[in-house]
Amino acid sequence: MKSDKNGQRMTGAQAIIASLEAEGVDILFGYPGGQAIKIYDALYDSKQLKHILTRHEQGATHAADGYARATGRPGVVLVTSGPGATNTVTGIATAYMDSVPMVVITGQVPTSVIGTDAFQESDITGITLPITKHNYLVKKAEDLPRIIREAFFIATTGRPGPVLIDVPSDITKAEIVFEYPETVSIPSYKPTYKGHSKQIKQAVELIKDSYKPILYVGGGIIASGAGKELEELAEFMQIPVTATLIGKGCFPEDHHLSLGMPGMHGAKYTNYALSNADLLIAVGARFSDRVTGKLSEFAKGARVIHIDIDPAEIGKNKAVDIPIVGDAKIILGAINEELHKTAVAPRTTDWLTQIDEWRARYPLHHHAPSSAIVPRYVFERLNELLEGRKKIITTEVGQHQMWAAQYCKTNEPRTFISSGGLGTMGFGLPAAVGAQAGCPDTLVVCIAGDGSIQMNSQEMATAAINDFPVKVVLLNNGCLGMVRQWQQLFYEERYSSTLLGACPDFVKLAEAYGWHAERVAEPEDVDRALRAMIEHPGPALLDVIITDREMVFPMVAPGAAIDDMIGATNVGPISNMIDSEEE
Amino acid sequence: MYHTLSVLVENKPGVLTRITSLFARRGFNIDSLAVGETEDSTISRITISVRADNASIEQITKQLHKLINVVKINELTEDDSISRELVLFKVNAVPDRRHEIIEIASVFRANIIDVGRSTLTIEATGTSDKLGAMEDLFRAYGIKEIVRTGKIAISRGLRD
Repeated sequence: MKSDKNGQRMTGAQAIIASLEAEGVDILFGYPGGQAIKIYDALYDSKQLKHILTRHEQGATHAADGYARATGRPGVVLVTSGPGATNTVTGIATAYMDSVPMVVITGQVPTSVIGTDAFQESDITGITLPITKHNYLVKKAEDLPRIIREAFFIATTGRPGPVLIDVPSDITKAEIVFEYPETVSIPSYKPTYKGHSKQIKQAVELIKDSYKPILYVGGGIIASGAGKELEELAEFMQIPVTATLIGKGCFPEDHHLSLGMPGMHGAKYTNYALSNADLLIAVGARFSDRVTGKLSEFAKGARVIHIDIDPAEIGKNKAVDIPIVGDAKIILGAINEELHKTAVAPRTTDWLTQIDEWRARYPLHHHAPSSAIVPRYVFERLNELLEGRKKIITTEVGQHQMWAAQYCKTNEPRTFISSGGLGTMGFGLPAAVGAQAGCPDTLVVCIAGDGSIQMNSQEMATAAINDFPVKVVLLNNGCLGMVRQWQQLFYEERYSSTLLGACPDFVKLAEAYGWHAERVAEPEDVDRALRAMIEHPGPALLDVIITDREMVFPMVAPGAAIDDMIGATNVGPISNMIDSEEE
Repeated sequence: MYHTLSVLVENKPGVLTRITSLFARRGFNIDSLAVGETEDSTISRITISVRADNASIEQITKQLHKLINVVKINELTEDDSISRELVLFKVNAVPDRRHEIIEIASVFRANIIDVGRSTLTIEATGTSDKLGAMEDLFRAYGIKEIVRTGKIAISRGLRD
């Protein structure tokens, strides 16, 4: 990477800014402080870098995460030492679990006092060791350009992830001659992209021979941009596709082969398809416990092809017949090419008919008449009002997140942003801010709950100050709904510490931050209020009052097999094709 | 089952922590660990003994490979490698029983490296089996202290 600053004498702080510029960074999210002040001073001179001042360092990391998931470019965070650094931990862990590329630069106390419990000192490289792909403590100012180059390379290649760079303040003051390295050489880091040709051929044979295949795909499809190759494979061999929460949108959900999300809150027909498949083609997905339920029962009768860029994911949870390490786009492309070479016809007609019958018998939506606002209705209205618009949905974590996953029709990658692996409450609002920063012309809507949003509600200020017109649909049930649901179902309705009460007044809170806000409690007001929220030019919040009795169904009880679901709609027997489903 | 992993890593501060914390957080136990520079001063070798089944070893190895500072990992099997450990035993030895202990030591080709009023300190190298056998014999006299280096291992020279 070329830098026009090469050869110039500058401070370490200026070298950090010049390096970020050379990497093509346009926006960074952060919060200044004593040990980062020199870097912030250098930032003041940059014409290329725009800094978004969040109201909390956790907000900065989630915003960088939302930016990265929305744009595909690495999110960049700049914070100070000590509490500034430790406040990024949850955001880093969230990005690590969902394989999001991110570079976090933390200030540190001067080299001479490291280890003395100096003011605002924390061992952030030690603390983030298990939640970063790699991290650095910079010891010499001369190393800064190389380390930053390496950090971006590591964060964005192979399986993406967060990388942290800890910079003692004396390093930011030291003078160096700036030289940004053109190339990166890390002998011990060489991700595999191209799949093994013999294994690809074996996979193709299994696919050709299968009568009941299913594609189980995840975030890896989005990370590698393999959507087109996935669609080609699915259509050519007529294979149904189920995408994980992180993979949502990598395959169009309005496609007849789409089965939506699998697992704990997947549709019953999706889980039945997984349980009855004879071939499971997993691509860029990691057999998370929320997907597999009881592991020994998961896709029990299926041969398994697992394609992943991270060899450690293959065979970690589920035994695999054909492991293929590499990039999803390249490997699916190679599989398609092999399949096209020979005249093969899909054998899945009966299988798809069977799945359609399950789909008809166990629809995801259930129609319980209610005088209160039901979440499904809010999402139906929202889907319709957003139809045809360029949009991104972010979510917080909880019931509303699962409803959003079930009901928000997502047909494009990078348009549904949610904390999956870590399940971080407080993620959705700052992630929406970051997504909006990266995609200024897109309508960004955060689906929130009244519990989650309070974990980072201060970021409403960031949206207001920066004129980010993000929207928040707050499904307000006055309680921690998902935990309450478990208490209702599995803990004899002992609602220990899950009642939040009607506090705060979210309309007043949002208005205090300069947002437009409105509350609705009657179904007939939902449509109009959603329209008003969407049409409002600035940030807007809609406080939707729902009852605390609403549950996310269907559901796989923890520890159960995924085809053993509770709360699934059964519209009655419509077929005698399957006799294993008696209830 | 015991496995011996020979892990080549970049010789940089904090690398050992990365390795050991990975074992801890993934729930694997280290039985013994020895670390030192190799013939190339930028590279260190960490020899790790682990008790785990084959699937776990595969997962440990893959996870270790993901650490940026890990250059290479070899699993050394008993057949194709030689392993040694050094142990110091401080054994209770009243004067009239010293000769027995010295005799045992000499059978195992161990050295007496310190003689105290009521103790003998013995230095022994060998395989874990041999050192275990010595330990059993010394136990009869009372072992005051044992210090072990941890196992190191090297692959056998290629038979040309």
